Amino acid sequence: MEIIMIIAVGVIFSVATYMLLTKSLLRVILGVMLLSHGAHLLFLTMSGLKQGAPPLLGEEAASYSDPLPQALILTAIVISFGVTAFLLVLAYRTYKVHQTDDLEKLRGTADE
Amino acid sequence: MSLLHLVVLAPFLLAILIPFLYKKFRHIHTGWFVLGLPLVLFIYFLTFLPEISGGGAVQETVPWIPSLGIDFTVFVDGLGLLFALLITGIGTLVVLYSIYYIANKKDEPLNNFYVYLLMFMGAMLGVVLSDNLMVVYVFWETTSLASMLLIGYWFHKERSRYGAQKSMLITVFGGFSMLAGFTLLYVMTETFSIREIIAQTDVIASHELFLPAMLLILLGAFTKSAQFPFHIWLPDAMEAPTPVSAYLHSATMVKAGIYLVARMTPVFGGEPQWFWLLSGFGIFTLLWGSVSAVRQKDLKAILAFSTISQLGMIMTLLGLGSAAVHFDLANGETLYTTAILAAVFHLINHATFKGSLFMVVGIVDHETGTRDIRNLGGLMTLMPITATAALIGTFSMAGLPPFNGFLSKEMFFTGVLNATTLDLFNMQTWGLIFPVIAWIASIFTFAYCMIMFFKTFTGKHQPEKLKKQAHEAPMGMLIGPVILASLVVVFGLFPNVLSYSIIEPVMRSILPSLVSDGGEFYVNIYHWHGPNTELMMTIGVVIFGSLVYLNLKRWQEAAFFLKERDPLNWLYDNSLVWLIDGATWVNDLQLTGRLRDYMAYMFVFFAGFMAWGLFYFDAIAIDLENTAPISTYIFVLVAVLILATISIPFINHRITAIIVVGVIGFLLALLFVVFRAPDLALTQLLVETVMVVMFLLVFYHLPELKKESFKPTMKISNLAISIAVGVFASLTALSAHAFSYENPVDAISNYFIENAYTLAGGNNMVNVILVDFRGLDTLLEVLVLAIAALGIVVLVKYTAKGRENL
Amino acid sequence: MNRQRLILHSMTKVVSFIILSFSIFLFFAGHNEPGGGFIGGLMTASALLLLYVSFDIQTIRRVIPFDYVKMIAVGLLLAIGTGLIGMLFGLPFLTQFDDYFQLPILGETHLATALPFDLGIYLVVIGVALLVILTIAEDDS
Repeated sequence: MEIIMIIAVGVIFSVATYMLLTKSLLRVILGVMLLSHGAHLLFLTMSGLKQGAPPLLGEEAASYSDPLPQALILTAIVISFGVTAFLLVLAYRTYKVHQTDDLEKLRGTADE
Repeated sequence: MSLLHLVVLAPFLLAILIPFLYKKFRHIHTGWFVLGLPLVLFIYFLTFLPEISGGGAVQETVPWIPSLGIDFTVFVDGLGLLFALLITGIGTLVVLYSIYYIANKKDEPLNNFYVYLLMFMGAMLGVVLSDNLMVVYVFWETTSLASMLLIGYWFHKERSRYGAQKSMLITVFGGFSMLAGFTLLYVMTETFSIREIIAQTDVIASHELFLPAMLLILLGAFTKSAQFPFHIWLPDAMEAPTPVSAYLHSATMVKAGIYLVARMTPVFGGEPQWFWLLSGFGIFTLLWGSVSAVRQKDLKAILAFSTISQLGMIMTLLGLGSAAVHFDLANGETLYTTAILAAVFHLINHATFKGSLFMVVGIVDHETGTRDIRNLGGLMTLMPITATAALIGTFSMAGLPPFNGFLSKEMFFTGVLNATTLDLFNMQTWGLIFPVIAWIASIFTFAYCMIMFFKTFTGKHQPEKLKKQAHEAPMGMLIGPVILASLVVVFGLFPNVLSYSIIEPVMRSILPSLVSDGGEFYVNIYHWHGPNTELMMTIGVVIFGSLVYLNLKRWQEAAFFLKERDPLNWLYDNSLVWLIDGATWVNDLQLTGRLRDYMAYMFVFFAGFMAWGLFYFDAIAIDLENTAPISTYIFVLVAVLILATISIPFINHRITAIIVVGVIGFLLALLFVVFRAPDLALTQLLVETVMVVMFLLVFYHLPELKKESFKPTMKISNLAISIAVGVFASLTALSAHAFSYENPVDAISNYFIENAYTLAGGNNMVNVILVDFRGLDTLLEVLVLAIAALGIVVLVKYTAKGRENL
Repeated sequence: MNRQRLILHSMTKVVSFIILSFSIFLFFAGHNEPGGGFIGGLMTASALLLLYVSFDIQTIRRVIPFDYVKMIAVGLLLAIGTGLIGMLFGLPFLTQFDDYFQLPILGETHLATALPFDLGIYLVVIGVALLVILTIAEDDS
């Protein structure tokens, strides 16, 4: 299970990297989103899969899955939500101001 | 925190108040608020004289960073007290002078000037009164900073900015190397306290780091004290207002290097490298400065080069005198300590006559509007008091009796002559160069002194070349130079008022190993030694110097005299240009302005770093056994996830792309459910929902995705980078997974599992961790969210108006 | 057209009410069951979002006259304020307390200072999500 998950994460990372290296601002943002998805999944995988009940004491199980990575991932999801929203609006403004989303055309000049 | 600490920090404290006082009392010249402080401090330091003269020292300590051995220890001994008196005494006169010199004009914010000046005063006191090398360093750099700000006070002038930058670059460079030298001293002795370092001199002398530490510290001293070849900043520093030049660039700051050398003499003295470096660079600076001064046309430039040459002279004396450390007590004591005596005496004399000369030049500049000796002349009748002060100052500098300059010049000759009799450091062969160079330099010194005085105050008055109607300066401006000029006369006639009150304690600080307990140096200063070599040399200087001056007309057309700027400036200016060109080149190479390139740097490093870790530690491992069982359901889920991910780069339709990325998010939520993370699943679902709404809103405005039109090579490198990142990330994860079973560790979350209910009263561990155990993380996280949201509002609603391209 | 909108509006009213109530349940359930400030906040935000999407912004603004910037500020202050309680007693910042109380109607109730802290987070999350989306939607420059 873990191995398949890790491979899936590798694929997500590759695609995310490829998207980040493209010229279109929108693709870059999608790449950022994918990258954070991959990171969350990797984190969860590395904490061990299916090794106990959900981390709710009400379950009264003998063992629980590790709650700490889950808390961290939850934080990470919310943070990446904020960051992605900001990036998105940044792209939106950039397009409105410069009428292009091509990063090649958005290059600054040397004396800027 | 003792009174002494407060005294050192007082200028800084007053500096904080100055802007408010300036705002509140616009019509009163801000200088009046400042004037009291140096005066009070001067009187306060005078009260130390009896104790210090008796051979005592005062020390007060406040721990600053005790774990690093850095304490703010104020240590007052002869050397520190002499400098403190110079700083506060001349400081008082300079502040008084500046009140009349710098007008209370609108475009020249006075508060800046006095804040910088006070900052300098406090920092300089800190340098000379601190015992801890790190504290000395901090204050040392603060003086460089204050000097830079003061040189650039008239920042609208291009020359001012140039001079300020130059002094900053050179002195801060020296300061840095001095810091390195201090650190090496710490490595050798494990203390930053000068007192304790001096106690371990024998450890240092035999240590292999002795030479590097010495060179680095000397670099700091030489840059600060404008020794060849670092002297080039001082002439350009003359762009500062004249009170600043009088204060920082002749009397105090440039002597910080002298101070440092004197302070370090017990540590490094008695070694041939120290002896030769100091006396060699010093004597060459003396010659170079005096020769350069002769060809200057600007009065302040003459003074600048003269300061350089006089500093070189003091440096030489300290170098020659350091040989005395080599000898035991009482053995040839007076013979070689004369050099140190001369250095200390000349230090005081130089401060008096050079301070008064700077002020005189300031007056001339202020009242006539020019400092060019070609336009000046005949001012003696118009400005009699100024002319008298100038006469005393220049004649003292030239080494003529009965002024104090004569006495120290004679002692200087005695010092260099004594040095020729030294029986160590190869002085038998090379010793003769010192008296010869000293004599030649003195001829030029005599010549420029005469030029300064006679070209300005005698000859034909040329009112048509002056910008203003020349007349005598106001009273307040004359007080400073008159007091200093009187001191020149007093010290010239009664030099022994200084000898046991201050010079002897200073010599004790510089040569502590040469006085036994209860003993003291013999420092009586005489006017008349009989017709000895020194007197002959002085007479020769006067004769040849007069010849040089009288024949000046004939030489003035020579190419040598037409070039006023120091040839070394060429090196400085060009290396600055090369530096900037080089930096631009590297910058252009690396910063292309393409996001793709920056991303590529990061990812290549990331992949490379992981690969290095994996191969270097031979860490690749795959554990096929300790894995959770695969169910078909999850298998299908993951397969869909992978397929959806791979399809994304091929989508050229924006809505489709958003939806596919959304699908991946929802698949992730499903996986969270399967992997027993209900909170995550809920959060992911909701975030994804809100996100899709947001994406659709924004994408409505954005253009359709275009097919990527990269060059094939670029495409291949992008592909290679992406695949490398994916592969190495996976490999790292796999290996980490395998190793976590080989070397199991206790999960820290056991604590949370056990205590979630008992300590926090909640059953949902994830939530308990978020709001209780790790509450601060969560608080900061929502803070990040809030900042992002406000950023978005600002981006959208408050766009800059009136700018181009917007 | 009008008819479709009528259906949409009435549906939205019902559905958003259900989501809102559920979100409040999730928020309170947070300490013991899945849920909490983040999840509750996001769900409330999506309920309100639904209203904004089906009606127009002006209408909803009249019904729900919240300034979301202020909501974020109040949320942050609430969270920080809760954290400061511990400092009053000389304990570290963000020390949380909990105990059981006998309340008149509810009987024995478990109350924790984690709840106002979570409420702060709840408010910030709602504020952020709606502020961002409304800001973009209203930008017609």
